[in-house]
Amino acid sequence: MPVVRVDDVHKRYGALEVLKGVSMAVERGEVVAIIGRSGSGKSTLLRCLNGLEPIQSGRIEVAGHVLDASGRGLRALRKDVGIVFQSYNLFPHLRVAENIMLAPRVALGLSKREARARAEATLAQVGLAEKIEAWPDNLSGGQQQRVAIARSLAMQPKVMLFDEVTSALDPELTGEVLAVLETLARDGMTMLLVTHEMAFARRVADRTIFMHQGLLHEEGPSEEVFGAPRTPELRQFLSGGLK
Amino acid sequence: MNFQFQFEPVFAQADVLLDGLLLTLELAGAGIVLGGLLGTLLALLRRLVPGLRLVIGAYVEIVRNTPFLIQLFIVYLGLPQIGIRLTPEQAAVITMTLNLGAYTTEIVRAGLDSVHPSQIEAGLSLALSRWQVLRHVVLAPALARVWPSLSSQFVLMLLSSSIFSFISVQELSGAASNVEQDTFKSFETYIVVTAVYLGLAMGLRLILMGLGAVLFPAGSGLGRLRQAAGNR
Amino acid sequence: MIRQFGVDEFIFILGSAKWTLVLTFIALALGSVFGFIIALARVSRFAPLRMLAGAWIGIVQGVPVLMLLFLSYFGLAIAGLDLPPMIAAGISLSLYAGGFLGEIWRGAIQSVPHPQWEASAALALTRTQQYRYVILPQAVRIAVPPTVGFVVQLVKNTAIVSIIGVVELARAGHLINNATFQPFKVFAVVALIYFCICWPISLLARRLERGVHAGRPG
Repeated sequence: MPVVRVDDVHKRYGALEVLKGVSMAVERGEVVAIIGRSGSGKSTLLRCLNGLEPIQSGRIEVAGHVLDASGRGLRALRKDVGIVFQSYNLFPHLRVAENIMLAPRVALGLSKREARARAEATLAQVGLAEKIEAWPDNLSGGQQQRVAIARSLAMQPKVMLFDEVTSALDPELTGEVLAVLETLARDGMTMLLVTHEMAFARRVADRTIFMHQGLLHEEGPSEEVFGAPRTPELRQFLSGGLK
Repeated sequence: MNFQFQFEPVFAQADVLLDGLLLTLELAGAGIVLGGLLGTLLALLRRLVPGLRLVIGAYVEIVRNTPFLIQLFIVYLGLPQIGIRLTPEQAAVITMTLNLGAYTTEIVRAGLDSVHPSQIEAGLSLALSRWQVLRHVVLAPALARVWPSLSSQFVLMLLSSSIFSFISVQELSGAASNVEQDTFKSFETYIVVTAVYLGLAMGLRLILMGLGAVLFPAGSGLGRLRQAAGNR
Repeated sequence: MIRQFGVDEFIFILGSAKWTLVLTFIALALGSVFGFIIALARVSRFAPLRMLAGAWIGIVQGVPVLMLLFLSYFGLAIAGLDLPPMIAAGISLSLYAGGFLGEIWRGAIQSVPHPQWEASAALALTRTQQYRYVILPQAVRIAVPPTVGFVVQLVKNTAIVSIIGVVELARAGHLINNATFQPFKVFAVVALIYFCICWPISLLARRLERGVHAGRPG
């Protein structure tokens, strides 16, 4: 029984069709990397998975919640699906602790003590226990991104989505964020990551999906996708570097 | 309550209101042109003659922190005490000029401050005269950038001209109070006049937008400064 | 009989400043409630509500405060409400303040970056929770300096209600002038009192504005 199931999803911005009938499935505990050029629809697909982008047709089921064109049941789904963005998007007016505690308190109805315990636990998980009273402005980009991961983890999601989470970081800061992702993967979290870090995807992801022109172009075990690409588009993409 | 709107008596006095409208246009037009010029001049002077900075600053602060109505009373009722007698219309235009001049000074100052000193150096190093630099490198971009704010201020000035009825100038709201007293249709009169003011304000806004498009044409560098400021 | 402008006259004028402040306070309190509703309506997902709020802002910013005053004054009378001038004045100034504050606050709400909406939506917050915990706290910081700046406009515009007989600063000046015939002195004093109320608020607004810009990189 897959945790994520996508059936023939179409997504348009006006006349521009970004997703042209995408289908895929992710099993519990699986780590899936999504790669592709900018504009291939990979980020859009990820954002559709927790309803940040409405879809025009098709069906998405995540952690038992069904998302269709009507957009109902979004909040229930979002309690089970976390997303981390490229630009961290911490709440600048709240301390680290409050950033993490907000959603467990108001969306899940936890007590202050329970929420605080979750904040402490998830911060420890990302190696930032000592920053619990810090303001987001006073953290480095890598630290902010780790807090954003902790903030999502505090909802105890069944699936985590990562949207190019290291793209805005200086190279020397990406390592600390990737290390956190790797630990999460090892602990059995179901993860989908859109990423440009090919070496990381190859090493950590069980499976890799190559998206091209709004379609799932090639997929398979990461070792095969990177080691023996079958289609010319993927070969060209892999040899052309990041672009 | 059974109130019935009766607009006919008000419309029967349309000529009175029309005269008022014309006077409003004349007064506001004069005030906006003179006040705009005064303010631009003072903003430039403030920058070019450091000795005047304090005086101009004091003038701007005093005007911006006291009511227009009181300024009008000082000009119209106070000045005769020191021997300066003015008709209500003259007092109106002078007060508007002084009032709008202060706001314009402040707005244009902000525009001038946004021109980086290196721009002036660049202009001078290209063998432009000081006057040419002032006009093309400093003033034009500054005005383009603050044109949307200036336009709003001009519209506010037009609307503020309604208080000239306090010194019995027969502009639009003065005419309205005559019509109201003649017809006893207060509410109807002010509904009509309010609608006319709304139309005037919208018209002036359009004219100023058009003027901005002519002075700082879209597609030109100045036009882009104007549009960027307007979109904020 | 012509009186001299002396201490008693000065004290009378100074005392009337109380009503200027009371009017400002009423207009600010009611206008804030009103402005808040208008700002929320202006950024609502429901288009007719957006248009209605936009129309109201357009009208309030497109007509003289004096007309708002007359319309409230005569409109309330027609509605059978025989209210003291002070109340009509308070209502019209509240309508005026509501229009301008609504527009200021709309701008503040919309200047909270869009990703803040996304991030909070992704954390399963309802729209009300998003406003309450994420968007409004940030919007308030942006809105405070221009709001304080608007208070200066409000104080000055209270002078207009003197025409329907509310004895605030401007009206008090007028009364004393009628008794003393020393308009220059009288209105200079009135202007000075207004200045003493408005200038500190202006300075505060400017300082807050610098604070907002200094607090943000870039």
